[in-house]
Amino acid sequence: MKIPFVYNWRSVLQRPASTAFTAVGIALVVAVFIGMLALANGFRAALARTGSDSNALVLRRGADSELSSGIDRPTANLIATSPHVALAGDGHPLVSPEVYVLVPLVRVGGDSTKVGNVVVRGISEKAWDVRANVRVVDGHRPTSGRAEICIGSKVVGRYDHAAVGDRLRFAGRNWDIVCQFSAGGSAFESEIWGENEQFMPVFRGEAFQSVSFRLKDPAAFEEAKRALEADKRLQVDVHRESTFYVQQSQLLGDILEFLAIVITSIMAVGAVFGAVNTMYAAVAGRTPEIAVLLTLGFHPRSVLASFLVESAIIAAIGGVIGCLIALPVNGFVASTTNWSSFSEIAFNFRVTPGLLLAGLIFAVVMGVAGGFFPARRAAKLPVVQALR
Amino acid sequence: MKYLPLVLANLGRHKKRTVLTIISVALALFLFASLQTVTTTIASAANFGNARRLVSTNATGIVFTLPIAYANRLQAQPGVEAVTWANWFGGRYGDGKRFFATFAIDPKSYLEMYPEMVMPEEQKQAFLRERTAALVGKSLMDAFGWKLGQNITLQGTIFPGDWTFTIRAVYKPTDPQIGEDVVMFHHEYMEERLGRPGQAGWYIVKIDRTDRAAPIAKAIDDQFRNSSYPTKTGTEQAFNASFATMWGNVSLLMGTIGMAVVFAILLVTANAMMMSARERTREVAVLKTIGFGDRTLFGVVMLEAGVVAITGAVIGLGGAKVLYKATHFSGGGFLPGFDVTGSTLALGSAVALVLMVASGVVPAIRAARLPVISALRQVE
Repeated sequence: MKIPFVYNWRSVLQRPASTAFTAVGIALVVAVFIGMLALANGFRAALARTGSDSNALVLRRGADSELSSGIDRPTANLIATSPHVALAGDGHPLVSPEVYVLVPLVRVGGDSTKVGNVVVRGISEKAWDVRANVRVVDGHRPTSGRAEICIGSKVVGRYDHAAVGDRLRFAGRNWDIVCQFSAGGSAFESEIWGENEQFMPVFRGEAFQSVSFRLKDPAAFEEAKRALEADKRLQVDVHRESTFYVQQSQLLGDILEFLAIVITSIMAVGAVFGAVNTMYAAVAGRTPEIAVLLTLGFHPRSVLASFLVESAIIAAIGGVIGCLIALPVNGFVASTTNWSSFSEIAFNFRVTPGLLLAGLIFAVVMGVAGGFFPARRAAKLPVVQALR
Repeated sequence: MKYLPLVLANLGRHKKRTVLTIISVALALFLFASLQTVTTTIASAANFGNARRLVSTNATGIVFTLPIAYANRLQAQPGVEAVTWANWFGGRYGDGKRFFATFAIDPKSYLEMYPEMVMPEEQKQAFLRERTAALVGKSLMDAFGWKLGQNITLQGTIFPGDWTFTIRAVYKPTDPQIGEDVVMFHHEYMEERLGRPGQAGWYIVKIDRTDRAAPIAKAIDDQFRNSSYPTKTGTEQAFNASFATMWGNVSLLMGTIGMAVVFAILLVTANAMMMSARERTREVAVLKTIGFGDRTLFGVVMLEAGVVAITGAVIGLGGAKVLYKATHFSGGGFLPGFDVTGSTLALGSAVALVLMVASGVVPAIRAARLPVISALRQVE
């Protein structure tokens, strides 16, 4: 027969202080667990959202990032004429040959040595349509032929002079900020966009770094890739945009995830010990009670289960508190350098329902692990001695 | 100290609990030391720099190059003693999973500029002599299992193709901030293979007097201000500091997490201490009956907390220090010179002390104030 659940619940309430300590200990572990994974998660999500499944990104053969690539004008023109490129309503190909460089911008509130390497992307007029997730939220698109730029929403307020209507200076020129764009929380939001023809002469001269285009048929990506890579006139690698940006998040994403797991597992061991201590004390303090239960005819297995449930209750309370502590970090902006592309990227912590659930499960697992040995001791209690 | 046997006997009552508590303290402080060291390593990387070395980069950004012809003009600058240059060469080896830096350097002047890079003289000569020779850091040699004299082929990510070099020299840096995960080869070889673009990534300039760093840097920048390749010159320390800030607020996050960890374990330990004290209510009453003073009992309970905290601290902090030292941990090359500093150890010890006071004080006061009669009556 099972020992009623209410017995455990009342027992937990009997010792509020020690229960609270254990629960809060577990809560902090869960909070750190969720917080760190939310960081890794947010970083990966930012890059995963950057690329689209229906776009292809063309780089020079062997280049592992946009920064190290180079594509000359004839090559870019050839790619634009490929039959795999989708056409816009006006009959022009949806293709954007792009200039990609990094410029040092001074952070807000820092001296001139505190700089972030911000991506400056020179785009064609069609880029706004190729990148379906990009939307101008303030101002108007840069006018062709003028020194105008549009800044991502995560650039705003993070660097000196980064606001619509202000003026940024880089590459020896002044650039009017005429608009601000959002891009669904993707890495584009950490970039500065302007016209490619404006950027080319002031940066690296007559060359693009990459060509992005909308696939006519997203399902026929492999075909497009084969056709372009087999073309003897081009020396290029073709990536699906979505997979490419996911790859760019691999290095740092792995580091962050690794840290999250190492740190939380070490903490978890500490928290489990806490639970072990609490439960041993609970068992020791209730020795006569347990003996009575056994005398009444409850099976030792029921006693074991009962104490495991009790430990799990405490841990679950901790888990819920941990989730509540971690929840407010959702949306918090962190920034770091993505070492794969060397550029600074800002992204939001992302606390997802799945992550909260994982945190709760983690808490219960800690509780059960911590409760096992004390519960076994309770179940194996010699009745006669315990009653005396 | 004469009460130490009593304290130890008390701790021995519940060996399992004592051990678990000590281990949790040790883990907390181990983690604390590790996270703190990430912060201090980043900070010390930012502070590294010989005051007599200046670095000139392209003012437009670190990814842009400067003409090789600047070398002579820099050399002619008053106050400049020596000039060398290097280029970032994005090299991958094998599957590219193990990250390392590859520089194309002007061999002779670069090695003179960095006496911190130590290698046997005959290896140095062999490296200088051969056009396709490579100089590799000791830790990278070990990581890939490379041997002196072996040919290695890197895939260029910026400069495409396969680049094969022969390892002719292996260096150990005297300062841990000089990276060890580096492959260096002759800049001249790169120039030749690329059809002489005549570009250097950055220049390192040695100046005669440290107090003239600022005016010399300004003079250099002024000289190139109106050229198509303007420069940005600063001390080596400022150059490194700009890299350190690239970690953004990750460093701050580490600190916050470290504190959360310590706080969590503090709760666990305080809880364990209180539980053990509550169980011994009767014992304390007996001790009082036979004449132990309130103050002595307070001390005994505090001492018990202290033994747990200090033992945990020694294991956790000492463990961190020894482990990272022994394994030459460098965060996959991102955190060269990863070493638990004295100040981290001191800070960790302070945390342990706080832990002792916080976890011991409530049970200790309770023990000291315990009314003997009621306690003896209460239990059983």
